[in-house]
Amino acid sequence: MGELVSAGNKGKGVRSDCFVSFEPTAGGGIHLELNSKVDVLYGNSIREDIQKILDHLSIRDATMKVEDSGALLPVIAARLEAAIKQVVPEEKEFLIPMLKENLYGTARDRNRFSRLYLPGNTPSLMINAGIHRPDGIILDLEDAVAPDKKDEARYMVRNALRGFDFYGAERMVRINQGERGLVDLDFIVPHNVNLILLPKCEHPEQIHAVNTRIREIGLHHEHLNPIWIMPIVESAMGVINAYSIASAAENVVALAIGLEDYTADIGTRRTAEGTESFFARSMVVNAARAAGIQPIDSVFSDVADMEGLAENVRRSKALGFDGMGCIHPRQIRVIHDAFAPTKEEIEKAKKIVAAFHEAEANGIGVVALGTKMIDPPVVKRALNTINLAVKMNKLDQNWRESHA
Amino acid sequence: MRKYDKMVTNAAGRDVPTFVNGKPAVPYMGIGKFKPTGRKTAPPIVSCADYPADGNKVVGSLKEALIKCGLKDGMTISSHHHFRNGDLVAVPVFDAARELGAKDLMWFPSASFPCHEPLIKYLEDGTIHHIEGSMNGALGRFTSEGRMKGLGVLRSHGGRYQAVQDGDVHIDIAIIAAPSADAFGNANGVNGSAACGLLGFALADSQYADKVIVVTDNLVPFPCIPWQIQGNYVDCVVVLDQIGIPEKIISGTTEVTKSPDRLLLAEWSAQFCNEAGLIHDGFSFQAGAGGTSLSIGIYFADILREQGWKARFARGGSNKYLVKMLEEGLTDYILDGQTFDLDGVRSMRENPAHVNTSPFTSYNYHGKGNFSSMIDVVILGATEVDVNFNANVVTHSDGLLLHGIGGWQNCLFGKTVILPIPLFRDRIPVIRDKVTTLCAPGELIDVIVTERGIAINPLRTDLIEKMKGTTLPIKTIQELKEEADKICGIPEKPKFTDEVVAVIKWVDGTVLDSVYKLDRLDRLDRLDKKQ
Repeated sequence: MGELVSAGNKGKGVRSDCFVSFEPTAGGGIHLELNSKVDVLYGNSIREDIQKILDHLSIRDATMKVEDSGALLPVIAARLEAAIKQVVPEEKEFLIPMLKENLYGTARDRNRFSRLYLPGNTPSLMINAGIHRPDGIILDLEDAVAPDKKDEARYMVRNALRGFDFYGAERMVRINQGERGLVDLDFIVPHNVNLILLPKCEHPEQIHAVNTRIREIGLHHEHLNPIWIMPIVESAMGVINAYSIASAAENVVALAIGLEDYTADIGTRRTAEGTESFFARSMVVNAARAAGIQPIDSVFSDVADMEGLAENVRRSKALGFDGMGCIHPRQIRVIHDAFAPTKEEIEKAKKIVAAFHEAEANGIGVVALGTKMIDPPVVKRALNTINLAVKMNKLDQNWRESHA
Repeated sequence: MRKYDKMVTNAAGRDVPTFVNGKPAVPYMGIGKFKPTGRKTAPPIVSCADYPADGNKVVGSLKEALIKCGLKDGMTISSHHHFRNGDLVAVPVFDAARELGAKDLMWFPSASFPCHEPLIKYLEDGTIHHIEGSMNGALGRFTSEGRMKGLGVLRSHGGRYQAVQDGDVHIDIAIIAAPSADAFGNANGVNGSAACGLLGFALADSQYADKVIVVTDNLVPFPCIPWQIQGNYVDCVVVLDQIGIPEKIISGTTEVTKSPDRLLLAEWSAQFCNEAGLIHDGFSFQAGAGGTSLSIGIYFADILREQGWKARFARGGSNKYLVKMLEEGLTDYILDGQTFDLDGVRSMRENPAHVNTSPFTSYNYHGKGNFSSMIDVVILGATEVDVNFNANVVTHSDGLLLHGIGGWQNCLFGKTVILPIPLFRDRIPVIRDKVTTLCAPGELIDVIVTERGIAINPLRTDLIEKMKGTTLPIKTIQELKEEADKICGIPEKPKFTDEVVAVIKWVDGTVLDSVYKLDRLDRLDRLDKKQ
């Protein structure tokens, strides 16, 4: 009768997900076959949830099968809606409640040391991502999703933004390029996304197009938090236009580089020492600094090599970057540790800041350490170091009480 | 013989039978409340005159050995899990018993594994009446479905020793699979192609069984040194082509976890111990098999190294990580209960500081003490914990019996017991209002570490005090449960019949809880998640 459609994932190794097959029928009501790993504990509530979604989307007659490997409600709802929308023209969305824990906005200049990439169609990786405390969590609609799964991933990402706790991490989504990316925005802008990553950015116009669409969507939604943009430069053209991209709009807060595509574009490949990308990385750092925003480095793709990662982060920091991407939660700690001020930096900063406070208390305008004069920018950097150290638990906030 | 009879409510508030497989059973009375009386059991007195003076006790086959040992209907046959899932002995023993036409045997293994699934046909045809030991995987399901003729009895490793020593279980014929043995019956686990380290689980059987059969594939000339099992207890020796599959003897859970969530549990557990002052020079710990525990051991080693400290002993399950600690001088001794990999086997063979222990020295509650209560930090898993810190390790939240108790109950007597467990596994919540099956009274469990917070047992006011001001997320167990319920939804209760299919023994031999036959079996799906 109708067309048989499906959404979701099943099979060996699939966890916390479900696979929905759906076929509209001309009559006869709903025929639901539920095959759930958690049937004993949640079978009845899953059936009720499914009925609620069908009612909301005005589905009265269909044959459907749900193969569940322990999916939470946001996942079941996303899969079901993604399947139904393939055959039923229905404008209405089924929105699960927005967790109030997820309603926060983020500051333009907040720390963005680590941003954890998660494939936008793999819910099992999303549920606990926040507990690893990355600075940002990226739900990726672009390269980490198979082409034939890109539509259903939108529902998954939308529901994740509403229903999974991000535990304070900046809520980021990487959208697709071009027109598809603009449609992606419909699924994320109304759901308190904090930052949008724009892949393969080469011209400021790409940013303008996104901002125009964000404003249009914003007309229909109240109380949106600011939505920041992090363009990713991944080509020679992007590198050459880095400054105009970085300064394209007021809400561009960071400029990232993606080295896999970039090295392919210039006809070379990535090496550990990174000579081939030195120019590009320096361009991105300088363009971002010139525009007053954060330069952000690419990901380090060997998740087993923690030493290599630490070395990579140290180099990145030395080049002037303020953060980098990660593809596994284990990388977060290493990245934070390497971007955090070192013991020596903290000790030095403590002395400078103490001298600064002393000078202030004594009403002296000039800060000196021993016989050496300290310039104001050095004091400012020292204060930043101390603030950062306290924020990252590397220094007690009452350190001055014990600092002789 | 009734499977069970006369249900009463025990001191833990659980309904348990007072007759189990026709014998009286004492309901759980509280920790340390049951005081045994009388004398230990003893095997019959024998004479050297009835054994060959040349020491050669080798017989031609398992069947011959069983005949020689007087196999009869209704007897109890014991075996051990030193070869874990690579055991090639237990099934052939029952093949032989079946061929001899024996009926209603009781199988008394120290643990069962998936490789023992073929025994289901003997449970079905009446060769085996029931199992007292552990009922894992398919055997657990068979039991949960109420298909076993007798009542399953689950005991801890220490409880098994206690039951044998006290005469609760009378072993008629003990089968001891030995990677190395001589014709007199001296045996060890450190040499041979099926090397598994030690043979500690067979100690009670060698001492108390009426008859003892050693089965080996590596017969060496007398003396087989070290003689972990002494030939003086042994009636006959059988030589087979192969007694174990080496790659399956090595446990599958001896690799450090790569799961970020489990690593977080490990990291927090170690940080907790460090901040609470539980780690110090001369401390001792037990971190069992399983990825999370192994990772915690590595964090402990890091802390010791950083502080310039040394543990006095590490309790194994030994593996390459513990061996590395021993060889690096981060611990004086490994007191090993079972050896999980070849590094462990090698270390035990070569290093006198790698000591083989038995359930007698480590776990037996009816002894003059045991060293489990002297361990500073014990890391354990669980399938469920309830808001009163009671824990379950044998059934899953859907009620299916899937695991044995192992040394888990015995280890609860350690000074601080920490359970690093996820708050939920694929929507299945771990913290419940009431555990499905009670395996541990909550007063023995001190800390629950989950990825969303750490709960300290209110009884441990000292730990609560010490952790004031920590950066770790300390919460109440009630808060953790509410968090899980919020994410997963409130689970329905699994539906059971009122028919008991197995009982859980406490370390002193009293009955702690009952396992019930499942209702709605058609809706069950197996949960293969193991911690």
